[in-house]
Amino acid sequence: MMKQQYIWSFLLIVLTSITACKKDNYSPPSSKLTGRIVYQGTAIDVEYGQVPFQLYQYGFGKTGAMESTFAPDGSFSASLFDGTYKFIIPNGQGPFQWKQTPSGAPDSVTIQVQGNKTIDIDVTPYFMIRSPQFTTGNAQVNTTFKIEQIITGAAAREVEQVSLYINKTVFVSGVDNIAKSEVDGKDIANRNNVKLSVNIPALVPAQNYIFARIGLKIVGVEDRIFSPVMKLSLQ
Amino acid sequence: MKKLLSLICIGLITATACNDRAFLDVQPRSILDNDQAFSEPNQVLSILADLYNRQLDISTLKDWVTFADFSESFPSENGRVEIVQRNSWGFGAWGTWDYGYVRDLNLFIERATAAKALTDVQKTRFLAEARFLRAAYYFEMAKRMGGVPLILQSLVYELGSDPGKLQYPRSKEAEIYDFVIKEAEAIKNDLPADVNQKSRATKAAALAMEARAALYAGSIARYGVNTPQVSLPGEEVGIPAAKANGYYTQALTAAREIINGNAGSYALYMKKNELSENFANIFIDKANNPESIFVEDFKLKSGKVHNFTVVNQPRYGAEEEEGGRINPSLNLLLAFEKLDNTFAPLSITDGGGQPVFYNQQIDIFAGRDARLAGTIMLPGSIFRERAVDIWAGYQLADGSILTGDDRGAQKKLPGTNTNVQVVGFDGPVPGKEFTAQTGFYLRKYLDPAPGAGSRGTNSELPFIRYRYAEVLLNAAEAAFELGQKDVAASYMNQVRARAGLINPLNAADITFDRIVHERRVELAFEGHIFYDMKRWRLAHIVWDGNKLSTSDLLTNLGKAAKRSTQPYGLWAYKLYNPASPNNGKWLYKIVLPQAVTGANRFQLGNYYSFIDDNIRANNPKIVRQPNQ
Repeated sequence: MMKQQYIWSFLLIVLTSITACKKDNYSPPSSKLTGRIVYQGTAIDVEYGQVPFQLYQYGFGKTGAMESTFAPDGSFSASLFDGTYKFIIPNGQGPFQWKQTPSGAPDSVTIQVQGNKTIDIDVTPYFMIRSPQFTTGNAQVNTTFKIEQIITGAAAREVEQVSLYINKTVFVSGVDNIAKSEVDGKDIANRNNVKLSVNIPALVPAQNYIFARIGLKIVGVEDRIFSPVMKLSLQ
Repeated sequence: MKKLLSLICIGLITATACNDRAFLDVQPRSILDNDQAFSEPNQVLSILADLYNRQLDISTLKDWVTFADFSESFPSENGRVEIVQRNSWGFGAWGTWDYGYVRDLNLFIERATAAKALTDVQKTRFLAEARFLRAAYYFEMAKRMGGVPLILQSLVYELGSDPGKLQYPRSKEAEIYDFVIKEAEAIKNDLPADVNQKSRATKAAALAMEARAALYAGSIARYGVNTPQVSLPGEEVGIPAAKANGYYTQALTAAREIINGNAGSYALYMKKNELSENFANIFIDKANNPESIFVEDFKLKSGKVHNFTVVNQPRYGAEEEEGGRINPSLNLLLAFEKLDNTFAPLSITDGGGQPVFYNQQIDIFAGRDARLAGTIMLPGSIFRERAVDIWAGYQLADGSILTGDDRGAQKKLPGTNTNVQVVGFDGPVPGKEFTAQTGFYLRKYLDPAPGAGSRGTNSELPFIRYRYAEVLLNAAEAAFELGQKDVAASYMNQVRARAGLINPLNAADITFDRIVHERRVELAFEGHIFYDMKRWRLAHIVWDGNKLSTSDLLTNLGKAAKRSTQPYGLWAYKLYNPASPNNGKWLYKIVLPQAVTGANRFQLGNYYSFIDDNIRANNPKIVRQPNQ
């Protein structure tokens, strides 16, 4: 009698341990989705933490987006479960045009995730900053670059302002800078030869390098488009 | 035998016990049913009091941090400096979605309407008050969220029925403002026109709310064209420009009803000869204050008190070893005009870059708008009959600074052997919380009453939601937008004269910049700047995320679109140079408090707060906010 009870309990424990943990333990998402926002293969540089994207996966409980932001070099990454996702950039975000549905909602890109995947997301920027050159000397950072207008016609927008930012770290933007110089769009005579220079303030603590970046503000668009961050050595 | 006895007993019990149904039907002693709750006016009033208590304000004396943002001040508490270290606000900031409160208001209205025990007179007032609160909350939601579902009756879900019929889409933003205006018009004559009734809704409170709501709607219609991205195709956000004049006209009409005395004898507070003291007294004087229209009241020893004075009083000599949290910024200080109606930075250095010396600390601020000293506690000014001790150290003959790292620290001056105090007991000490890290403390809403600065007593000063000066400024702005500049000037000059600016502005002087500036200085620390900047669509320009340079700070004073992303300070130093005629005099330096590392950045997606994913999952008819 006693022995039989033991056997039953033993069997019950074994049964529980075999079956139960399957249901409520997921393995973490293991597929990595990485990519960049590009225009004709060139990555679009943006400000750190300012341009968001949203991923939706259908079939799981409540509707809501997984939201994250692009890195300064235009790249993004997300750890996901395998499945079908929809990728959008919300309206009014980013220094570029994102396709819209006829009703005005942002159109989505469908992404199939099966294991790691890399994807380039095509967008159409209003402008591109082309061939930026940086030089240092006389406690100054100088730059020359071209501004190429991409979107023309009815949707075209003007340049509001172009800024040269410098900072001690790789985070270089209107918020993160130690010095900047700016020129208004209407004061730019030749878009094929724009020059800016900025004085380097005292670096505390001292360092023999500095990071520089050009940011272009478009009229009526919140986010700036940037050039790649450049590390410059100081002598 | 025993068995028989038990059987008889049981039989007896069954036969008798359940006979009396009333015996088991006991009314609960802690819960009132609807009829009981609405059986008696005082009972109804206490239900209404709860609804009054749940009103929502963007700034409240119950939480000092709600006043501290937007670079108008520096938060001098180490746990809160995040306000000046972040670079942006989350999209969810300032959101509200309290449909529980809306439901309670709707239920109150339904039950009070059905109540049999109330007389018609009582019922009329209670219903008007509840409708006032409901309109006020919808107004608050519209300011933060834009158009929201307009639910005006209690909704009931019947088990098994289709929940879809409880899912309401968002109304147009204009429809919410229209509702607020319409309700105010409908109830205003049901409310008492009594100037001494402050904490319950009155005719003037309804009209003041109407004027403000119409003004907000008008300016969103007019200035929304500057931010075409901040709109939705269904107009849940954004108001068509064509509606602007209609709203401004309504705002002017409603404000004029108060100004003309139709709602009671309200007037600007004018009881003290010293104008700064008079201005500070608007917020201190509870009895017979003709200026305040609608307040959140507090009462000592009642449980409803606030600690605003405890946490913001000058730390030195305070009743509690606490205080000094809100340090108004130099940005705000520079917005106060000189008495000749011009803007000028403070005279800190002369033409040659040499410091200007002052005999008294307070002298540098002389000849300015009286509201300055009524709003900001300046170094050398008096609170509770004690001078605040704010100075940053000694400047020595060679230009170096001698200072200490604690409040009232002592050191030896060069060439002497005795320790002397080298920094004020109220600071500023860099990074030391509760000292005046901008060089200023707050005066507005600080209660000088004995005990108000101690935790065990606290303060009973009311928070003024609507006051007469704002009504005048609302009227002035509406008139200006309607092209009636002379009318605008006459209203604005009344407010300015009370502040000592007795040279009247002419109609030609009234510009948009003037309107913006007047509201900023008159209504500082009253919960207006955020909503004002939003409705004028200036928020993303004023708080654009760029660091504020000293030249940004000192130029374009009085301009509406002036950048203000970081709170600056002004520190006083005493000159120690026995050889100089200026020995012992005061000089000033502009500083950015060292904790300020971020710059406020108001994104277009901040104009309307994020609607939570849970809300949208439960009701797919709710559309997302723009730019989010």
